Amino acid sequence: MFRNQYDNDVTVWSPQGRLHQVEYAMEAVKQGSATVGLKSKTHAVLVALKRAPSELSDHQRKVIPIDDHIGVSIAGLTADARLLSKFMRTECLNSRYAYESPLPVSRLVSTLGNKMQICTQRYGRRPYGVGLLVAGYDEMGPHIYQTCPSSNYFDCKCMAIGARSQSARTYLERHINEFLDCAVDDLVRHGLRALRETLPNEQELNTKNVSVAIVGKDTDFTLYDDDDVQRFLAGIEHEKRERGAPAAAMDVAEGQEGPAADAPQDPQPGGPDAMEH
Amino acid sequence: MAAEHFGFSGELWGNGPSPGGFYSTPGGTTTPQHGPTKHTLHPMTMGTSVLGVKFDGGVVVAADMLGSYGSLARYRNISRVMKVNNTTVLAGAGDYADYQFLKEVLDQKIIDDELLGDGHSFSPKAIFSWLTRVMYNRRTRFNPLWNQVVIGGFNNGEPFLGYVDKIGVAYEAPTIATGMGAYMAQPLLRDALEKKPNMSQSEALELLERCLKVLFYRDARSFNKFEFAIVTAAGVEILQPRSAEANWSIAHLIKGYE
Amino acid sequence: MGKKTLWKPESDFFLQQILQNISVEGGNMAQPGVQMQGPEPYGAHGPRQQYFSPYSWNGGTVLAIAGEDYAVLACDARLSEYFSILSRDSPKRYKLTDMTVLGCCGFHGDVLTLTKMLDARLKNYKHEHNKTMSCKSIAAMLSTVLYYRRFFPYYTYNILAGLDEEGKGCVYSFDPIGSYEREVYRAGGSASALLQPLLDNQIGMKNMQGVQRLPVPKEKAVALVKDVFISAAERDIYTGDQIIINVITKDGIQEESFPLRRD
Repeated sequence: MFRNQYDNDVTVWSPQGRLHQVEYAMEAVKQGSATVGLKSKTHAVLVALKRAPSELSDHQRKVIPIDDHIGVSIAGLTADARLLSKFMRTECLNSRYAYESPLPVSRLVSTLGNKMQICTQRYGRRPYGVGLLVAGYDEMGPHIYQTCPSSNYFDCKCMAIGARSQSARTYLERHINEFLDCAVDDLVRHGLRALRETLPNEQELNTKNVSVAIVGKDTDFTLYDDDDVQRFLAGIEHEKRERGAPAAAMDVAEGQEGPAADAPQDPQPGGPDAMEH
Repeated sequence: MAAEHFGFSGELWGNGPSPGGFYSTPGGTTTPQHGPTKHTLHPMTMGTSVLGVKFDGGVVVAADMLGSYGSLARYRNISRVMKVNNTTVLAGAGDYADYQFLKEVLDQKIIDDELLGDGHSFSPKAIFSWLTRVMYNRRTRFNPLWNQVVIGGFNNGEPFLGYVDKIGVAYEAPTIATGMGAYMAQPLLRDALEKKPNMSQSEALELLERCLKVLFYRDARSFNKFEFAIVTAAGVEILQPRSAEANWSIAHLIKGYE
Repeated sequence: MGKKTLWKPESDFFLQQILQNISVEGGNMAQPGVQMQGPEPYGAHGPRQQYFSPYSWNGGTVLAIAGEDYAVLACDARLSEYFSILSRDSPKRYKLTDMTVLGCCGFHGDVLTLTKMLDARLKNYKHEHNKTMSCKSIAAMLSTVLYYRRFFPYYTYNILAGLDEEGKGCVYSFDPIGSYEREVYRAGGSASALLQPLLDNQIGMKNMQGVQRLPVPKEKAVALVKDVFISAAERDIYTGDQIIINVITKDGIQEESFPLRRD
């Protein structure tokens, strides 16, 4: 039943110094559909792949506006994301109420990190099973932050999380030097191309399964869905997918990254669970 | 126990740390209070008018250095202007203890802010807005900070001058004068600004000094020793205390008010 | 010119009603400056006692007219306290949404708090419902927000103007504790007693026989607003400096200002 004897509770360490419950929560992020965030000197962009849980249901929303200057896209448990985004919205509203100024993105993410950390250390709690890409714009310029269930957060130039996101990250790594001076539309196109890398061969990006969000200088956080993303999709429609050999090789089934070779290992009956960071 | 022997019922030592309890003075857990909670519903040591004016490329605020205890000129060298951060200054009128409390809270707030080390700092507008919330919330709990504060700042190339009082009334204006200054200095300030909308820094200082002198002549709670706090793009500067050259030679001509 | 009396706490009916309900440490707030019993030696009570009032009256006038396909909301920009003018540039209109404007005056501390809170509530509504709140809903919400503080009220006079679901102009007026009503025209705040009879006559066509009650065209409403505010500034010391006129139509909100006397 249990994968090993040290994963009953978040408060129990393994002899290798790992918290298995937290690592399992990290896996939840990889179950969610992929989302990509990237930024230029003036703008930050999120693109996300929406999934419909069944033939009968609509596509799940992936991007949640937080304030005029911040929004997040999510991968993992949507219900947990709703809770976290409500928390973030309240923080932003409080900042505007008290200071009449938008909450700096870094400060929002660090308070969020502190909130998420609590349930990685308390008996009887479980970590949040969701990863976020936070896109925002403040006095220090545009930002992309990644947050994890482990309550780690990272200030990123660009990032992709979710199922098969390694392919998207490979794309981003290849093009990372182009983003900084990009115009907004080009930035979105890069995001869409990266997102497309995560798709299986028979699937394509379309207006139903893609969300695009833009925030930046003189631009409030704006979410584009359905027909509004058509103009962005049109820009990459006729391009061929990159799918370089190294990227494809890294594409493990369902995008679950294997453990790094030198990662410490607990005695475990089976299944990979790697520390991503 | 011992207290009852002497016929006291209650604390031997009220409103202070219990003997031996000096290590935990903040928080007030040492002596339980009797009767209803007491608030500052009337002030004690008071500072009089505070003035402020915008000039071309900055803001200057000024206050004299007197702490009045009713009609007694009790403290004659107290500072009522403070640097908040590199873009903001503040000057306070009203109860001096409340001003000192507010100063302490603000100073700590700025330290906490700087410790984050993320490159962000409070803009003058953010400080101003925060003060409106503090003052309004205190008044709503009937525990006001008995002050009028003037906030000066310079941010993103724009001078800022704002006012907040003990009940949370707040506004921004190019000239501000509180207390008696509202009657005697404000007209002079507005007149000067109307005649010269873009004053230089030295003209603004000269203007405020003239206003403080007028107040010294007529406001019995004022004093001829005052401080200026200036904010420009270069940062905050608090000038050494100075005095205006007063002339009382015509004072003996004023008759009939004895 | 004949500018009139100064506002005093004891002469304001509403404030008296409010203060009746609030007491501090057993003392009744309704009598600021409680009389001492008999002559006391000077300084017997330490420094001169000052009494705390949680309210002040900062003046200001707001006015709104609902037309067929527009609404006009006008306010002055003077902020006062007793005989002092605190600011000549403090408009009492608060843009709540792209289609709704609130006119709010009275005690400025409450005005600031109320409008800040409304902004937060509206943003929250937008996030949770994925749409902007309608004028009608804002009116209902404002009523509950005001009534929430029934026993320590926001001392503010509110008038809400916007367009309803059919695109018709709508105006809602409130008393400080949340009673509200949809109306065609309403003046609120300092000079409301001067403006309302003028509006009754010019728009309501009250007590007139043989007149045609036609909808007021937008241009006439704006011109009328200017006229009545000029009259109010003439006689009310808490109204002046300038008026800010907001015209709300389906195309959005247009703003213009118009100078008033500054004395």
